Amino acid sequence: MIVASNLTKRYSGGYEALRDISFEISAGQMVFISGHSGAGKTTLVKLISTVERPTSGSLVVNGQNLTALGRNALPYVRRNLGMIFQDQKLLFDRNALDNVMLPLEIAGLPRKDAIRRAQAALDKVGLLAREKALPVTLSGGEQQRLAIARAVVNRPTILIADEPTGNLDAASASDILDIFTDFHRVGVTVVVATHDQSWIDRHPEHVIRLSRGSQQ
Amino acid sequence: MSATLIQHQAAFASALRRLWATPLNTLLSLLAIGIVLTLPAFGYVLLDNLRDLGRNTSGVQEISLFMSLDAGKREVGEIENRLKQVTNARWRFVPKEEALKRIEASEGMAEIVASLPRNPLPDAFVIEPENSKPEALEVLRKELAGWPKVEHVQLDSAWIKRFDAFLRLGKLALTLLAGLFGAGLVAVTFNTIRLQVMAHAAEIEVAKMIGATNFFIKRPFLYYGALQGTLGGLLAAALTLIGLSLLAGPVAELAALYGGNFALRAPGPGEIAVLCGIGAGLGWLGAQLSVSLSLRKFD
Repeated sequence: MIVASNLTKRYSGGYEALRDISFEISAGQMVFISGHSGAGKTTLVKLISTVERPTSGSLVVNGQNLTALGRNALPYVRRNLGMIFQDQKLLFDRNALDNVMLPLEIAGLPRKDAIRRAQAALDKVGLLAREKALPVTLSGGEQQRLAIARAVVNRPTILIADEPTGNLDAASASDILDIFTDFHRVGVTVVVATHDQSWIDRHPEHVIRLSRGSQQ
Repeated sequence: MSATLIQHQAAFASALRRLWATPLNTLLSLLAIGIVLTLPAFGYVLLDNLRDLGRNTSGVQEISLFMSLDAGKREVGEIENRLKQVTNARWRFVPKEEALKRIEASEGMAEIVASLPRNPLPDAFVIEPENSKPEALEVLRKELAGWPKVEHVQLDSAWIKRFDAFLRLGKLALTLLAGLFGAGLVAVTFNTIRLQVMAHAAEIEVAKMIGATNFFIKRPFLYYGALQGTLGGLLAAALTLIGLSLLAGPVAELAALYGGNFALRAPGPGEIAVLCGIGAGLGWLGAQLSVSLSLRKFD
């Protein structure tokens, strides 16, 4: 599902964020990217989600070689990925339902169907009762669940999350992990970058450990 | 319904919402665009009316042919025969006696005419060619001047030529003005769209990250620019109509003083549609330039 070979990312100025990373994630796996802050977790997530491009090496996601794709093809690749960002990137001028509907608007779904699917996604993360709420009125855990609803509404085959529990208390973090586990159970490939050791302890089967840009 | 059509519909609705969301900004932009479009539109309508006036005023297309004073019935008959050969022209003969009577009828002229020892007026023909183009009239004038016993041929079109030149100058000035103001409209739209993009920066960033194409992001802004231009065009049409209705009274008064009944012609639905179309096109262009430039920052 995701195959990386000798991935290197060097930023202008010479800083090497990732060096010679290789791994393979098969369909339906749940994988953690671990390491201290500055280890390169976010950079790796950005490469997989096509937000940034590797300096060298190759990266194949969903059978598509991302390094060979043109700029115009990127939007269509991104639509098949469910992205959960470190800072969530919710839109604060629209309510929960409208936030979740954004990917469906981009895909050009009829509004009625979009509403139904967005409501189903909100239901899955336990936020259906708050569909009219503005994000600013939601708690940190609820905001993170809203971000997850938006990421899964398009029924992506891969779910990618960057530090999804960064600012959450232990109980909320555990809720989030449960949601990811549920998606993993129904066959979605889940990739989570985290420094939270308790998660890794619960699912130690597949972990990509990074330290200062290198694989351990 | 296809996905593209749904997206267009959504983009249009979103553009309307954005226009409505900031009523004061929208109103000010519309006012700026409306005024920018009103000046050339008003100029066009006035010029159009002047052209109609030039075309319709009777006497404009007349050529006066004066016989020499010693010309007799035979010579007059000769001219009549020759005029019959000239197709595409109506003409009538004005004998010198009739001309004198007409002058006598004019106010205050009877005494002067009575004091004259003899009729100083020549026989004359008034010719109205169908082809009233200044060049054609000039050709005809030269031909008539060469006929026997013709003293003078007066083309009453000297002022037509001047009028024509004036109209052409007006048209050129109007074109320049319209070009300038069109650029102004593009600039106004460019700026409002730049502000719109800045206001929606978060949305654009997220949309791009989760798979929106550039076209998807541009669409509402393009509709916004085109809608703003269309509404500006409507406003300009309204302002022009108001201006014309204010002028209608004085113009009718002036026309009455000259013994005519001239009324200003207001722009029709077709012309208003063209005005709105031009507004939409220029608004779209301004939006396209602005959003393309602004979106580079998000790559």
